[in-house]
Amino acid sequence: MTLDDILASLFPQGHDVRNYDGVLLGSGSLKNGGRAVVIGIADRTAVGVDEAIRLSRHVLNAMERGGTGPILVLVDSDSQRMSKRDELLGLNEFLAHLAKCLIYADMQGRQTVGLLYGHSAAGAFLATALATRVLVALLGAEPEVMDLPSMSKVTKLSIDVLKEKAKSTPVFAPGLDNLAQTGAVLSTWDEKTSLAEQLQTLLGSDQDGGDRRDRLGKTRRGRPKAADIAERVHDLALQSK
Amino acid sequence: MNARKLEAPDVSRVANSKTASWYEASARQRVRLMLDAGSFQEFIGPEQREQSPHLRVFDLPTQFDDGIVVGRGRIAGTPIFVAAQEGRFMGGAFGEVHGAKLTGLLRAARDTKSVPVLILFDTGGVRLQEANAGELAIAEIMRALIEARMAGVKIVGLIGGRAGCYGGGGLIAGCCSALAVSEQGRISVSGPEVIETNRGVEEFDSRDRALVWRTMGGKHRRLLGGAEAFVDDTIQSFRNITLHLIGSVPGFGLDVLKAEQARLEERLQRFGDCADAMDIWRAKDIFDAEAVPIMSSSDFIDLANRDGDPRYDAR
Amino acid sequence: METLSYRHKAQERAAGSKSLAIIGVVASGNLEVLVERLLPDTECQVDINTAAEGFGAVWEAVVADFVERRSPGGLKLSVNDGGARPDTVALRLAQAVRLIEEEDR
Repeated sequence: MTLDDILASLFPQGHDVRNYDGVLLGSGSLKNGGRAVVIGIADRTAVGVDEAIRLSRHVLNAMERGGTGPILVLVDSDSQRMSKRDELLGLNEFLAHLAKCLIYADMQGRQTVGLLYGHSAAGAFLATALATRVLVALLGAEPEVMDLPSMSKVTKLSIDVLKEKAKSTPVFAPGLDNLAQTGAVLSTWDEKTSLAEQLQTLLGSDQDGGDRRDRLGKTRRGRPKAADIAERVHDLALQSK
Repeated sequence: MNARKLEAPDVSRVANSKTASWYEASARQRVRLMLDAGSFQEFIGPEQREQSPHLRVFDLPTQFDDGIVVGRGRIAGTPIFVAAQEGRFMGGAFGEVHGAKLTGLLRAARDTKSVPVLILFDTGGVRLQEANAGELAIAEIMRALIEARMAGVKIVGLIGGRAGCYGGGGLIAGCCSALAVSEQGRISVSGPEVIETNRGVEEFDSRDRALVWRTMGGKHRRLLGGAEAFVDDTIQSFRNITLHLIGSVPGFGLDVLKAEQARLEERLQRFGDCADAMDIWRAKDIFDAEAVPIMSSSDFIDLANRDGDPRYDAR
Repeated sequence: METLSYRHKAQERAAGSKSLAIIGVVASGNLEVLVERLLPDTECQVDINTAAEGFGAVWEAVVADFVERRSPGGLKLSVNDGGARPDTVALRLAQAVRLIEEEDR
């Protein structure tokens, strides 16, 4: 599916999402009559200070205008932009700020939904797709925390050796299956049926706030320890004086 | 045991007093020396042996606490939750267990509402042997952190260790209520080598230490507004600034986010065309910008404060 | 990875009342030692996890020497080793015992 196909399928009643050099901004009509705010990254664009600041502005404008509609985050990005300029200007703050805006919006009742339809990696992944309440993907999406060639360079293990090790664990290698099994991606959407309907179902089903990705990772056996460790520390801390 | 001749690890400079170096201290030493004597209780301490289940595949040794110490204590009588990363174990990187300990602590702070949190960052980012778990941990930490701030909790980040505050650690830092950084501290998303690999040595020579520190180091972050406070490399300094920051930061909400949006937009407008930190410092009319890198901590702190009072309401 | 374990008799009980102490960091050329007061007064045990395989004889000698010098009765010492030299190992074991014998401040 091209981005245009995706937008048409998400918003059969119309949308005004535009692509500004890889930065997606706009909104779309929902089946139930409401309106979704849309932000995103397209064309595998790297997320630097210039991209992040536009995305966060769009979210904050929506919060200012009021409303209860969800915020969709469409993602086909590279990693964060790896340049001197972006780090000089404090990229960590720009990416954190974008994530904060999304998390804040979600906590205020504007359900945030990530739709990964292409690539994403590392810091860009954290500030966009992973800053939503729930993340779904289209088949063929390629999320990646760290690419195997870089891992190979650092670990001094060949890519073949890494691929072999990756057969026994979903915890380090890139790919949709691994990110689903560890709890990052809730589900993969069916491209052949209406994305608008699938979105509607998702928005209707996920009313309970709270981050359950660690529990999902435990159920799916991708992250056997995280949920329990977090819960134990939480309980110990609450009992402490 | 390794019979090759290796440099002996630093055993003589065990930190024993508050004037000891933050940089040289271990995570446990920082916690022990920062907090009131005898006040620290650890959650899931090393005797629980909750180690990483993912390092064996790579024939790597584990650490009993998976490289992070979390617990509760007091500073000058004020109760605090604290998490301290050990930068010398796996570069202080976030793994599944490591990250989950901090996630649980932040969720507890959210539910307790009245106890501030200190995060002693010392991290290269995601632990690549557990990349997916590490990244998810960071995402969950960010969520839990903002939930805690929304509940009124103050969260202070301290940066001055060997590993700096890189990658996802830099994003978590950007979510804190306030940050203090020393000269040794560095904050960045991509590391120097990665920038060089991606953009070439002409743009960024990762072996040029002065360049690395101008771009990502504590002094630049303070002058840029990437950290609220710059401190001397001592346990005492970090302890003092912690109390100051806890008392200075307001609550979190839409106003803070809007103020941050304005702050960051203004930064891009003023400095977006600057090629180097030196250009930014000159654009800020910093007196004797060339001397900044070699200035003593106390001189630099005076200079930074003359430049303008730090804002506490826009992070 | 290699796991080694040595059990020894000790001349006397390690001093102090603390039940637990830890020293060191797992890094190249370094190690951590977790020490717990768990055993009968005249027994001690050293358990080691190490990525450097094939050095059993060296560990055995270092541990035996440590037990002889420090008499760590009642203590179980657990080691995660990052490839440390024998003298560093000896130092950390001694530091661990000193720590658990310290009175709480």
